[in-house]
Amino acid sequence: MNQARNAAIVGLYEWPKRVDPDVSAMEIKALSIHRALEDAGLKWSDVDGLYDANDGEGGGGLGLAPYLGLHPRVIDTTSVGGTSYEFQVAHALRDIAAGRVNVAVLSYGSKAASQRIPIGTGGPRGAGNWQANMENPYGSTLISNYAMVAMRHMHEYGTKSEQLAEIAVTTRAHAMRNPQAVQAMQDLQFMNIREITVADVMESRVIADPLHLLECCMVSDGGGALVLASPEIARGTKKKPVWVIGSGEAIQYKRNGGDITTSAAAQSGPRAFAEAGVAPSEIDIAMIYDSFTITVAVMLEDLGFCKKGEVGDFVTGQNLRWDRPGLTLNTDGGGLSSNHPGMRGLFLLLEATRQLRGESTSQVAGAKLAVAHGNGGMLGSTHAGGTVILAAD
Amino acid sequence: MPNRPQPMFPEHDTQAFWDAAKTSQLTYQVCKDCSTVVFSPRAHCTDCGSENLDRRVSKGAGTVYTYSVVRQNRVPAFAEMGAYAVAYVDLDEGFRMLTNIVGVGDPTKDVHIGQRVQVEFEAQDSGEYPIPVFRPV
Ligand SMILES: [Zn+2]
Repeated sequence: MNQARNAAIVGLYEWPKRVDPDVSAMEIKALSIHRALEDAGLKWSDVDGLYDANDGEGGGGLGLAPYLGLHPRVIDTTSVGGTSYEFQVAHALRDIAAGRVNVAVLSYGSKAASQRIPIGTGGPRGAGNWQANMENPYGSTLISNYAMVAMRHMHEYGTKSEQLAEIAVTTRAHAMRNPQAVQAMQDLQFMNIREITVADVMESRVIADPLHLLECCMVSDGGGALVLASPEIARGTKKKPVWVIGSGEAIQYKRNGGDITTSAAAQSGPRAFAEAGVAPSEIDIAMIYDSFTITVAVMLEDLGFCKKGEVGDFVTGQNLRWDRPGLTLNTDGGGLSSNHPGMRGLFLLLEATRQLRGESTSQVAGAKLAVAHGNGGMLGSTHAGGTVILAAD
Repeated sequence: MPNRPQPMFPEHDTQAFWDAAKTSQLTYQVCKDCSTVVFSPRAHCTDCGSENLDRRVSKGAGTVYTYSVVRQNRVPAFAEMGAYAVAYVDLDEGFRMLTNIVGVGDPTKDVHIGQRVQVEFEAQDSGEYPIPVFRPV
């Protein structure tokens, strides 16, 4: 195995509340950074690399550095939607390995629930640009964009709604073990806060054929922060470091004659696994962006956990639960049942790290290797895929 | 008449496409240097970068590549349409476009992948540009 140890995750914090009228998005970011640095045993002034996704109140690094009161040496404002954080970890790994950064921080803050932002069923995005002018007249919502991928996947491979539903059943089982996720569902007034069945998913109303309500992520407030450091610093932090051993970035988009059932993960995944020197079959924990069930399904295939077209059988029978042997999926409850403030990529990294530290509420005994794969933008058209592979110390 | 959101201008890449729509023409581009079909409209070839593109008029016949039926949209113009089908249609000339499938009784039952469809231009209350949509043939 290759597994170079060039940079490690040494601190993390996840904002516990999913509906929080008492803070701003910028406060979520700053307070999360402070608490993640405490988790690592590092100081505010140790930060010399700032990575920002243009969230909070916007402005990217130019907005966040003055708010925090920092003068970082590296300012990275990579903003590729929900997987901005996997891209930023890739960049932090590169910057730390090159000696330009010693302590890197990533942060996220969003008030999507409190501000009632209609992410999935909202109106046209943007106006008067080359894409918006060709899309806005047709009323394709974010959910229908993903649903078109599901429809084609079903057509080509015989995948069934009942099989996609298994993914939502697994993540809900994990959510019920996570007190913050249970609180989230209460605060967001979910019906039937309990473990769910395939029948529950199938009986929930269709939002955009073939996707049902319980196959769609929630819209919550939230955020958090992640601290990465060089090997020299990681040796002296409070908790065992979790090593970043591979990363991959890619973009995919609508192409004439293209295959909509294959995502950017088919490019970013192999890059990350090659850099890490590990195979998908060696991975214990898969934290995969579950904006919708179909997102997970396509990415399980594209990352190589099963063959293209075979994910229906792969997820059937609740094989990906934390208490079953083999690969385990989204142990925090995911975007489907724990939190989704708009860009979930940070939480994938937080929970993957907790698993490799032994801190998850659905802890997999002896978890050694995890993959975090995020998706930004629209799976059925333009989207970014970021893959990060993590190893326990 | 429908009240869909209109394209907004000035916008250089898509202006000619929408001007052609006013005369019921569905246009696409072909690279004069490498023959790549280019769509959505833009000023360069996506395969070789050439600025030498030929604008052509499609026959408007195509096949549904995939679709979904939107049951919930908060935008008033779409909310008042009830359930409607969004789709990618592969035109016979080799380009794929986002569109709607219209003229079916129940879009949840009457739209299918592989269905043959033909373009039509739907006049709008919301502005001067008719919107190209597709109807099963
Ligand atoms: Zn060309």
